[in-house]
Amino acid sequence: MSATFALRVRLAWNLGNGRLTLYCGLAIVLGWCLLALCAPWVAPFDPLLQNGDLRLAEPSLAHPFGTDNFGRDVLSRVIWGARVDLQMALIGVIFPFLLGTCIGAVSGYVGVWLDNACMRLIDIVLAFPFLVLMLAIMAILGPGLGSFYIAMALVGWVSYARLIRSQILVLKQSDFALAARSLGFSHRRTLFGHLLPNALFGSVVFCMSDAVLVLLNGAAVSYLGLGVQPPTPEWGTMVAEGQSFITSAWWICTFPGLAVVTLAMGFSLLADGVAERLGDRS
Amino acid sequence: MTTPLLQVRGLSVIARTGQRDITLVDRLSFDLGEGEILGLVGESGSGKTLACRGLMRLLPAPNLRVEGQSVRLAGHDLLQLDEAGMRRLRGRELGMIFQNPSSHLDPLMRIGEQIAEGIRLHQGASRREARAEAIEVLRQVGIPDPQSRVDNYPHEFSGGMRQRAMIAVALGCNPRVLIADEPTTALDVTVQAQILRLLLELRDRRGLSMILISHDLGVVAQTCDSIAVMYAGRLCEHGAKHEMLARPRHPYSAGLLACHPAAQPEAVRMTTIAGQPPLLDDLPAGCRFESRCPQAMPLCRQQLPELLEASPGHRLACHTPLLAGGLS
Repeated sequence: MSATFALRVRLAWNLGNGRLTLYCGLAIVLGWCLLALCAPWVAPFDPLLQNGDLRLAEPSLAHPFGTDNFGRDVLSRVIWGARVDLQMALIGVIFPFLLGTCIGAVSGYVGVWLDNACMRLIDIVLAFPFLVLMLAIMAILGPGLGSFYIAMALVGWVSYARLIRSQILVLKQSDFALAARSLGFSHRRTLFGHLLPNALFGSVVFCMSDAVLVLLNGAAVSYLGLGVQPPTPEWGTMVAEGQSFITSAWWICTFPGLAVVTLAMGFSLLADGVAERLGDRS
Repeated sequence: MTTPLLQVRGLSVIARTGQRDITLVDRLSFDLGEGEILGLVGESGSGKTLACRGLMRLLPAPNLRVEGQSVRLAGHDLLQLDEAGMRRLRGRELGMIFQNPSSHLDPLMRIGEQIAEGIRLHQGASRREARAEAIEVLRQVGIPDPQSRVDNYPHEFSGGMRQRAMIAVALGCNPRVLIADEPTTALDVTVQAQILRLLLELRDRRGLSMILISHDLGVVAQTCDSIAVMYAGRLCEHGAKHEMLARPRHPYSAGLLACHPAAQPEAVRMTTIAGQPPLLDDLPAGCRFESRCPQAMPLCRQQLPELLEASPGHRLACHTPLLAGGLS
């Protein structure tokens, strides 16, 4: 009975082929985006407002997520924190994506020594643990969101470069690349106008799952005190701040932690859904 | 006789493997007049495609290179041009269409945009003009309802239409010489006939010269004005179509014709030429067809026959040419 009902729902909403995952992921991510955009109106309190009378208050009707050790409303801080974390996920993905795509495409297309040089550079970057390299760069640049983005771009481009390069290596032997050349198109036009659009599928999907990584990295870096500086509300920082009260006031780090988990899950579902839809096409 | 549109003299394509050079296409020479269709025939691996890729200077591997005396087209010597000059000529003077239309069109680009891109690049047309021109070219190649088809993607076209679209992409740049590399091999017989008719029509309407690469003698007989036969990287016979079909003089040309099923309708078994072509890295000193040739003489083993004019407009590379049609 319930099985047939589920099937009927799936058919009625046209939810096969990864559409369900796609819509769920989209709903979660869009939900967080909406919350972040409407933060000034949705959040019940000012996220920075300290209230000495209400330190470490348990979740209640007035403060559903409780208050932290400065008496700030955790719910408001989680909602405002979505702004910073979404921005981190977005910018932290876009720069590595652009950098990696350009390097990978040119490296794969030109080949010979340039390709060798790029691949060795990638090997060097990959030889270090991801987080260690990022922390080293951020330690040099100094704490803050700006240096987080720079460190992310400098470390994160390698995966995109490898993905794109392998695609371009196949595509540059393809027939339509030859056809483009036979029309008198320059190498640049052939590469960026014809080969690259065909190579992007894989990395667009990877982008989505990479957003999860970036989000967790951002939270980790903030937790270590190198990313977003207090008192700016950010989920990783909030978890770090609440850590010392984990036994007495569990709500301070639990709710921001849950926020990270849901947004990350949203991006993952989105990635799976997109991958399945694109796989469907080709 | 006026100077031909395309004049190829001694074009070679050479592969470098390790320390050795292997000549894959050996000193190809031919002329192509305005509005002429030249059929380039030969078995697989005889260097037909490679010769044309060499003509375009678009060789498939970095260890290949082109050598030769001259390739004259529209006042330029293609062998002397640098890459930028060659790029200006590709598409505008020398167009190319291919065997497999589904893989030679960019799958992510609308048909119209693909045609328009070349028009904009070579004629400096605006986006709107190029689109109008693209619709016009699509109409010329016989796509029904080009107004709406111009916005389709390649996967929305059928095989024959894709071939027409590919021809349209090449024609958009308005080339004077079109190299057609087995344009009908991937198509079924009826579509094949339509495409060939289209090519002939375009020749008549635009004065387009063509090099038609094929291993199908039927296709060549229907369309070409002259036929050049290649064997193991060398041109062995070149002459007017009727002459070549009725009185082939090179034993290999004669053998190819005899192999065509239409040559002996009653035969139970198909005729073949026994043996294999020689390996290009281990060529005999003499004629390359010698080991398979029914006419071979001791001289054939010692000396490579050069391509010489046997009669006006008919060139031949053979020590022991046939006198009349058929094998003696």
